[in-house]
Amino acid sequence: MKQPIERDTVVIRFSGDSGDGMQMTGTLFTDTSAMIGNGVSTFPDYPAEIRAPQGTIAGVSGFQVRFGDRKINTPGDYCDTLVAMNPAALKANAKWLKKGATVVCDVDTFNDRGLDRAGFKTADPFAELDIADYNIIAAPITSMTKETLKEMPLDNKNVVKCKNMFALGICYYLSDMPLDHTIDYCRKKFNKTPDQAEANIMALRAGFNYTSNTHATANTYHVAPAKLPPGRYRTIGGNEATAWGFIAAAEKAGRPLFCGSYPITPATGILEELAKRKDLGVKTLQAEDEIAGICTAIGAAYTGSFAVTTTSGPGLALKSEAIGLAVMAELPLVIVDVQRGGPSTGLPTKTEQSDLMQALWGRNGECPVVVIAAGTPSDCFDYAFTAGKIAMEHMTPVVLLTDGFIANGSEAWKIPAMKDYPPIHPPILSSAPEGGYLPYKRDEERLARTWALPGTPGLEHRIGGLEKDFLKGSASHDPANHQKMVDIRAAKVKRVEEFIPEQTVIGASEGDLLVVGWGGTRGHLLSAVEALQAEGKSVSLSHFNYINPLPKNTARIFGKFKKIVVCELNLGQFANYLRMNFPEFDYLQCNKVEGQPFTVAELAEKFEKILSK
Amino acid sequence: MNIHNFTPADFKADLEVKWCPGCGDHAVLNAVQKALPEISETLDYAHERYTFISGIGCSSRFPYYMNTYGFHSIHGRATAIATGVKVANPGLSVWQVTGDGDALAIGGNHFIHAVRRNIDLNILLFNNEIYGLTKGQYSPTSKLGKITKTSPFGTVEHPFAPGELVLGARGTFFARAIDVDINLSKDCMVAAAIHDGASVVEILQNCVIFNDKTHSSITDREFRDERTIVLKHGEKMLFGRNKEKGLAMNGLGLKVIEPGKDGCTIDDVLTHDAHTPNAGVHMMLVNMRYPELPVALGVIRQVPDSTYNQNVQRQVDQIRGGARIRTMDDLLNYGETWEVAPAATE
Repeated sequence: MKQPIERDTVVIRFSGDSGDGMQMTGTLFTDTSAMIGNGVSTFPDYPAEIRAPQGTIAGVSGFQVRFGDRKINTPGDYCDTLVAMNPAALKANAKWLKKGATVVCDVDTFNDRGLDRAGFKTADPFAELDIADYNIIAAPITSMTKETLKEMPLDNKNVVKCKNMFALGICYYLSDMPLDHTIDYCRKKFNKTPDQAEANIMALRAGFNYTSNTHATANTYHVAPAKLPPGRYRTIGGNEATAWGFIAAAEKAGRPLFCGSYPITPATGILEELAKRKDLGVKTLQAEDEIAGICTAIGAAYTGSFAVTTTSGPGLALKSEAIGLAVMAELPLVIVDVQRGGPSTGLPTKTEQSDLMQALWGRNGECPVVVIAAGTPSDCFDYAFTAGKIAMEHMTPVVLLTDGFIANGSEAWKIPAMKDYPPIHPPILSSAPEGGYLPYKRDEERLARTWALPGTPGLEHRIGGLEKDFLKGSASHDPANHQKMVDIRAAKVKRVEEFIPEQTVIGASEGDLLVVGWGGTRGHLLSAVEALQAEGKSVSLSHFNYINPLPKNTARIFGKFKKIVVCELNLGQFANYLRMNFPEFDYLQCNKVEGQPFTVAELAEKFEKILSK
Repeated sequence: MNIHNFTPADFKADLEVKWCPGCGDHAVLNAVQKALPEISETLDYAHERYTFISGIGCSSRFPYYMNTYGFHSIHGRATAIATGVKVANPGLSVWQVTGDGDALAIGGNHFIHAVRRNIDLNILLFNNEIYGLTKGQYSPTSKLGKITKTSPFGTVEHPFAPGELVLGARGTFFARAIDVDINLSKDCMVAAAIHDGASVVEILQNCVIFNDKTHSSITDREFRDERTIVLKHGEKMLFGRNKEKGLAMNGLGLKVIEPGKDGCTIDDVLTHDAHTPNAGVHMMLVNMRYPELPVALGVIRQVPDSTYNQNVQRQVDQIRGGARIRTMDDLLNYGETWEVAPAATE
C-alpha cells in the first residue's frame, strides 16, 4: 500500500440526490474526523425541495467538510475530493474541484438516462467538464452494494439505501481514517433493526476494502490530529449551539425557558433542539403562525420566563408588530433570525446577511432593540447566552442574527463549563416597595424597569402597547411624556454599550487596510486576512458581533487605518449603518449575494487589489 | 381552603371607566367584578392569580379597569399572548377579553387554535356585530346585508356564528350571555372559570353608538323570556314567561312545543346535556335563531377533556423525573466527546 500523503487540511464534498443521505454521510465523516482529533468545519449546501426530481441538478444535495491539523475557520472554498453519487451531482459541483482533485463517482448511475437528466451532451462527462485528467475513481457503488448485501434479508429499497455507506467507506480509506466510530453509530442507530445495522456496516467495510484493493494508487491523505488547546471537545452545529446558549442563559438566570415558534428554514433546528430538552424543563410551543410564535413568547416573558422565538427573514417581517409591543412593554425577549436569501421566500436553504436593516429598523415608530450577531457555529452558544443576559438584565427585546451558513455548519468545540459564564440577574421584584409599586420606574445604571410577575401579591399592574406614563406605566397621551418615553427607550438600548466588550482587532492595530465584517462571515474573513498577513501585508480584521449598540471604541479603531473595507453578504447594509454612525470615515465595500458564503480566495484577491491601489 | 371574602370593589381599578355611556361593556365589567369573588370562594384563587389579557378594540380596554394583572396588547393577538401566559405559568387564572373583530377577524387563526388545543383560558367574547373603536365598520359577525360605513349598500358576506366556530374547532366549552343580564353573565363566567380548558363565553353586547339595539329583539326585557332560552345541564329545555314552552326534536332539527297541547307532554321536551362530547345537539342549540326558535343562553357545552397546559406540564414533569441530563453542564458533556491531551499541544 502506498504511503498516505501528509496534509495540513483536506476538503471533501459529498454530493448526491437529496434522498441519497449525503447530509448524514457528511456528518458521520465529520464526527470520525473530529473524534480522531482533527479540527473540522462543515457546510451543508442543500436544495429547497425535499425530493426534487431524481437525477436532476435541482435535486443535488451537498455537504462539504474540511478537516485539518489545526483549528479550522471555514469549510474551505474548493475540494480535494468530491463524492458524486450521480451525474447531476458531478455537474453541479465540478466548479468546486481543486485542480487534479479526486472524484469518486457511482458509475452505475452514469448511464444514458442519468447523463441526459444531468444535461450532459456526450457520453463522457469527464471530458465534457474538462476533468478527465483528474484522479477519477469510477466505482460501481450501487451494484457493489447490492452484491455485498445479496445474502441479507432486506428488500431492494433498503439495500440501495446503504450505498452512501459504501461511499463513506471509500472516503475513510482515502483519508486514512478508522471505521469504528461509524460502526458504533450504526449499531446504536439501528439497535431495533440489527439487519439494517449490519447491512450498513457491511457496505461501509466493502467500500473501504474495495478502495484498498483496487485503487491503491489513488492519493490517500493523512491529516495529523490538530494542535488544539487541551480539554474535552465535541462537535456542535450553529442551531444546536443557539438552542443550548438559551438553555444556559435560563439556567444562569434561574428562569424557566420558553420558546414560542413556527417552523421555518433554516431556523427550525433551534426549535427542534429545544423541544428535546424537556429534561431541562424547557417548554416549547409550536404555534399556529409566526405571529403567535412571538406572541406566546411575549406572554411567557410577562409571567417571568426567559422567552425566545426563532425565525428567519420572512418570519421576522411577520413578527414586527409584536416586537414593537415587547419594546413598549419593556419585556425581555430574544428573537433569533437565522438569515437566508431574500426577499420574499427567496432562497430558503441558502445563506445571506440581508436582514440587518430589518432587524435594526423594521418596525413602526421609534422602536430600538439590541441587535447582536454570532460569527461561527460554536459561538452561537455564547451570543445566544449573551442575548439572554442582555434581554433579561436590561428588560429589552434582543434580535440575535445568525445565518444559514453558520446555523447548518458545525465545528469542533472545546466544551465550556457553566461556572466560567457570568451570572444573570433579572430585576425581578418580589414585593411592593415602600410608597407603592411603579411599573416603569428604572434603575439608573441600566435604565431598566423592574419585572413584576403575575402571581406576586401586591404588584397587580397593567401594561400594554399604548404609550406609557413615565413612572406609573398607565396609558398616557401626554405629548411631553411621549417625548420622554421615546428618548428613554433609545437611551436604554444605547446604555447597553457600557456592558458589552470593546471591539477588537485581529492583527496590528494600525495599518493600510482594515477588513470589517459582522456575523457569519467571520471564518472566511479571518482566513483571508491571515493569509495576507502571512505574506507580510498590512491588513487587520475587525469583526463585529455587537451591532446595536456598536462598541464604544469603534471609531478609535477605524481611525488607525488608511482604508476600510466592509465585507458582507448583502448590498452594503452594515457599510451604510457605519456611514450613518461614523460619517467621518470612507468605507469601501465587498459584497456578494449568491446565496453562498464568500470564498477565501475571492476575499484575498479583493484585499490585494485594494492594497495595490 | 382559604376564606378570601373578596367583594367586587377589590377588583375595581382606580381609573375612570371611559366607555360610552350606555355601552354594554359597563354591565360586563360589573358581571366580571361580581364573578371573581365567587370564583375565589369556589376555587380558592388568591387575588394576584387573576390575569386579564386583551387585544385591541373597545372591549380590549377592559384590563385597565380591573385591579388585577393586566396586559393590553395588539390587535388580534390576545389569544396568543394569553396562551403563552397560561403555558408558562399554569397556576394563573387567565382571562382574555376580546371582541368580534379582535377575536374572529384579525385574530381568527389564534382563536380557533386556542380552542382546538383546549388551553385553559377564559375567553370573554363581546359580540356587538360592529367595529366600535374605529367608528362603525362591519365585523365578521355583522348580519348579511348590514349597512355600515364600509358597507353603504349592505354587506355581501356571510357572518360567523361564534358558537359554531367553537364547536367546529372541537371546543369543550361554550356559553352565551347577554350584557343586560348581569347575573346570567356572572354565572357563565363562574362556569367558565371552573371548566378546565378553553372556555368561550359569547356576550351579546350592545354598541350604543354604532350598532344600537342590534340584539334588542331578543334581549329587551318585555320579550326576553319568549325569545331566549336559558339552558342548564340536566334540566328540561323550557322557556317562556311561565316555562310553558319547550324544545323537542323535529326530525333532524328542533321545534318548539307546548306540553299539554297538541298531544305533547313534558316527556317530549329535551333535557340539556352540556357534558356529552357529541356536538350534534349543541350545534343545533348554538344555531337557534329568533323568530324560528329561541336564542340559546347559558352554558351550552361543557365537556371535560385534557388541556394543553396540563399536557405540556405533565410531559415536562415526566421526562424530568427520569432524566440523565439535569444541568447545562450535563448537556454540554452529553453524547460523543473526546479529550485533547495537553501532550498533544505545543
